[in-house]
Amino acid sequence: MGKLNELTISQAANGLKEKKFSSVDLLKDCLAAIEDKNGELNAFVTVDEEGAMKTAAAVDKKIAAGEVLPVLAGIPCGVKDLICTKGVRTTCCSPILKDFVPPYDATVIEKLKAQDMVMIGKTNLDEFACGGSSEHSCFGPTKNPFDLKRVAGGSSGGSAAAVTANMCMYTLGTDTGGSIRLPASFCGNYGMKVTYGRVSRSGVNAMASSWDTVGHFTKNTEDIATVLQAIAGKDRRDLTTPDREVPDYSKFLGQSVKGMKIGLPKQYFGEGVQKEIAEAVMKKVAILEKAGAEVMEVDLPSTKYAVAVYYVSIPAELSANLERFDGIRYGKKPLSDPKDLMDFYCEARGEGFGDEIKRRIMIGTYVLSAGYYDAYYKKAQKVRTVIINEFAQAFKKVDVMIGPVSPIPPFKIGEFMDDPLAMYMADALTIPVNAAGVPALACPAGKDKDGLPIGLQIIAPQFEEGRCIQVGDFLEKN
Amino acid sequence: MLNDDQVRHVAKLARIKLTDEEVKKFGKQLSSVLDYVNILAEVDTKDVAETSQVTGLKNVMDKDEVIKSQSTKSELLKCSELPVDSGQVRVIRVVK
Repeated sequence: MGKLNELTISQAANGLKEKKFSSVDLLKDCLAAIEDKNGELNAFVTVDEEGAMKTAAAVDKKIAAGEVLPVLAGIPCGVKDLICTKGVRTTCCSPILKDFVPPYDATVIEKLKAQDMVMIGKTNLDEFACGGSSEHSCFGPTKNPFDLKRVAGGSSGGSAAAVTANMCMYTLGTDTGGSIRLPASFCGNYGMKVTYGRVSRSGVNAMASSWDTVGHFTKNTEDIATVLQAIAGKDRRDLTTPDREVPDYSKFLGQSVKGMKIGLPKQYFGEGVQKEIAEAVMKKVAILEKAGAEVMEVDLPSTKYAVAVYYVSIPAELSANLERFDGIRYGKKPLSDPKDLMDFYCEARGEGFGDEIKRRIMIGTYVLSAGYYDAYYKKAQKVRTVIINEFAQAFKKVDVMIGPVSPIPPFKIGEFMDDPLAMYMADALTIPVNAAGVPALACPAGKDKDGLPIGLQIIAPQFEEGRCIQVGDFLEKN
Repeated sequence: MLNDDQVRHVAKLARIKLTDEEVKKFGKQLSSVLDYVNILAEVDTKDVAETSQVTGLKNVMDKDEVIKSQSTKSELLKCSELPVDSGQVRVIRVVK
């Protein structure tokens, strides 16, 4: 028997069903991979070996008793440490929450537990999901499995590296401006950014409420469909989840792309995008064209403004959301001896937040303050409308759009740490998708001359995740 | 360019204590971000409405009924590092 941790979800589920191995066997191989590689990669910040062993053994008992279980039953999963897990430390990789143990599960965790998931541990991220490199974590950066001197991407860097390093079969992440797709691209696996509202965010620490989405990383497209099926849908605890049917995503697997209209946003292949990356993506597009898809150029002229919209809107919403961290109801109280309540708040937050969080909270506070609100915040929300309208226009002509995820390859650890603006540019092609609230699937598109992964994204209209899966699956198999 | 006093003022509004070095460092970094976002002025947004919701939901109502919470009051109180008194978290005295 080979190493079980290298299996995909569907392979592992079949093996369990056919009793070729047990859930405990599967888990042991994953734990061995963590033991072996986590020291250098820093993908997991908490490993719940005891809890995972218990649930895996319970699944094995059910299988032995002849119960028919859901496909995700007994499959080891890693969870971004921004998502609350009852009884298991959830830190958001921030000093202010370093010892926080949530008394409840996020809805996505509840849903997966109902399918007998095996939660193996919590994965590293940029503090409160703010960053594109996972370097802004109080646990130190996650390293790229392809080159340890380089970043894994962010903010869900731990979740991406964990899947690539076969530490588990799949992981959960969040994507507010590219935080699933960028690390999926940098680590060479599959990452699903869902339509805004498709997956509940209840119990997931809020960063920017009109942008945040919860999604997942897997080793192939079929598994993307399986996990999406399990977590999508309406939730009473998150009223931004519409009461809208969740289609059978497996139906989009193994389909042809003949006659499908595929748009290439010209801004996604132009200035600032490395030639080698654009060419790798075009090679994949050629496969679709050869298979009968109709490829055409589309125009998203306001793409270049998306980063600016993001860095007004996100800090604004974040500064309001992170007001709740005051060191009183949860989180670290100040180490110093504050003289009054005002001093208590300022000390708790000054000590408890890292640099990137302080920067973003201050930018948000500034752009929302009297006299600047109209010039910054209102203006940004108007430009966001312009971006949304351009997506709507493009989707009148095409079924999906394809472009690179990142304009640049995985960068070196520390390269942009003192230049936040330069790092923000890595998200230039992912942010517009979040602005429009549409889904996108990041898929591998080969490697560059240094052997570093290149990723493409398949972008579909709202609630058409199925189309992303259809095209992703076709590219994987052809 | 934001000056030191402006940075301190914003930090105070945001309830974040900064060291003098942080004031200098963030002043520069914040200014570069604020300068950059000025490119939004190039976009013609006359008669364009601001985005507030992207999937078209409006006035979502939930049933008015009591549902069971996953966590108990004592579990929630345990999340605080401060002393708990009569089922409440004790904070620094506000009224003197």
